[in-house]
Amino acid sequence: MSGVRVLVGTRKGAFILTADGKRDRWDVQGPLFAGWEVYHLKGSPIDLNRIYASQSTGWFGQLIQRSDDGGTSWTPVGNEFAYEGVPGTHQWYDGTAHPWAFTRVWHLEPSLDDPDTVYAGVEDAALFRTTDAGASWHELPGLRRHGSGANWQPGAGGMCLHTIVLDPTRPQRMFIAISAAGVFRTDDGGVSWHAMNRGLRSDGVLPDPEADVGHCVHRIAMHPSRPDVLFMQKHWDVMRSDDGGGSWTEVSGNLPSDFGFPIEVHAHEPETIYVVPIKSDSEHYPPDGKLRVYRSRTGGNEWEALTSGLPQEDCYVNVLRDAMAVDSLGPCGIYFGTTGGQVYASSDDGDHWAPIVRDLPAVLSVEVQTLP
Amino acid sequence: MKVRGAAGPAIARGGADVAVRLRVVLPEHLRNLADVRGEVALEVPPPATIGRVLDALEALHPVLRGTILDHATRRRRAFVRFFANGRDLSHEPMETELPDAVARGEEPFVVVGAMAGG
Repeated sequence: MSGVRVLVGTRKGAFILTADGKRDRWDVQGPLFAGWEVYHLKGSPIDLNRIYASQSTGWFGQLIQRSDDGGTSWTPVGNEFAYEGVPGTHQWYDGTAHPWAFTRVWHLEPSLDDPDTVYAGVEDAALFRTTDAGASWHELPGLRRHGSGANWQPGAGGMCLHTIVLDPTRPQRMFIAISAAGVFRTDDGGVSWHAMNRGLRSDGVLPDPEADVGHCVHRIAMHPSRPDVLFMQKHWDVMRSDDGGGSWTEVSGNLPSDFGFPIEVHAHEPETIYVVPIKSDSEHYPPDGKLRVYRSRTGGNEWEALTSGLPQEDCYVNVLRDAMAVDSLGPCGIYFGTTGGQVYASSDDGDHWAPIVRDLPAVLSVEVQTLP
Repeated sequence: MKVRGAAGPAIARGGADVAVRLRVVLPEHLRNLADVRGEVALEVPPPATIGRVLDALEALHPVLRGTILDHATRRRRAFVRFFANGRDLSHEPMETELPDAVARGEEPFVVVGAMAGG
């Protein structure tokens, strides 16, 4: 019987939530790596038992854990993330030059065709790769040497490479996003990179609001059947690109706020997308104290509020950029976690929601594995 | 600090260069990571210095590499401190010899996560 395994990273450990295909009764495993921040866990798409986790604290640094049995047992693997050469400086919050320094791994993206190959997006922003199941990590330095690195600057969470999107039809193409630099694309497996930010506008942040680089992109998402169509939740503005990131147009439409963090695409409907509007960049909670997922079935511009089962008064949690995911069952399951420790699930395309758990530590990330 | 399973006294083998068994106390997160209970017993060639103790600790428990000392710089991570026989050695060079009581294994070398919440 099919089922799902939801991988939840929190401020104080990781949790694994499992259910059968009905998705109405859940088993909760955890906390794993108790007391450590788990920014992200993700499973290999071709080996569901292979899961990688990023575990860190400000005290003891970065660890990477690997499971070969679906999360039952874990082994620490390589944790050395050394930049190639002298990394130089990027901009600090006040525009002064600040030395590049490794802090943590924000995002792990397993390869689409090799369970031993994983990409890691780190803070300060850079892209690393392992091809030996995590034993060793090596930077793909072409990104940091794009030429614009000295102008990248941190967002509130740090200067992080937080999003890695692999093109399922062109193995040499991938997209990454950095706060606050923007979107970059490689077409040669990570050797060379191009900024893909035309059409983005960041008023009040950049001297030139339409600069090539410097935008605080929060998340990008792709449906695997249409790899040239990308959706973006920027700091402000929801955007889409129909030409592989070559240009972007705003599709915020009737959203109550176009600030937010995650954006996801329905597993079976490439024009159905989900966001969670947040009031503003200084008020990291939903407008009017109502936690609402917004769904567009038209690829943006026209949005409907999904509220059934979600708190509609006195709710002041946030939903972070890596904390939303979809399964590939039918109807599509949508999952998101909050900074208040709730993980909500919908098993009907977002029409109705219920909490799987309500009282975890602040949720940093949510990923879903659809099990056979 | 209450720690179960304290190691025994220093090993005397008769030669001046013979390694002695030192005792190291780790914070809970690192004990869990290294899968140890109580203190860690390490054999360190004399003279026992901060650096030699940490090298021996990482050799015995490779999973601790990068958690106490930075991988690249080999400097103490900012939120980690070293105490030994009532002294704060956090800011001493790695070549610093440990107090006699620690070098003889009578007192432990203590790795501490800096006092903070979070």
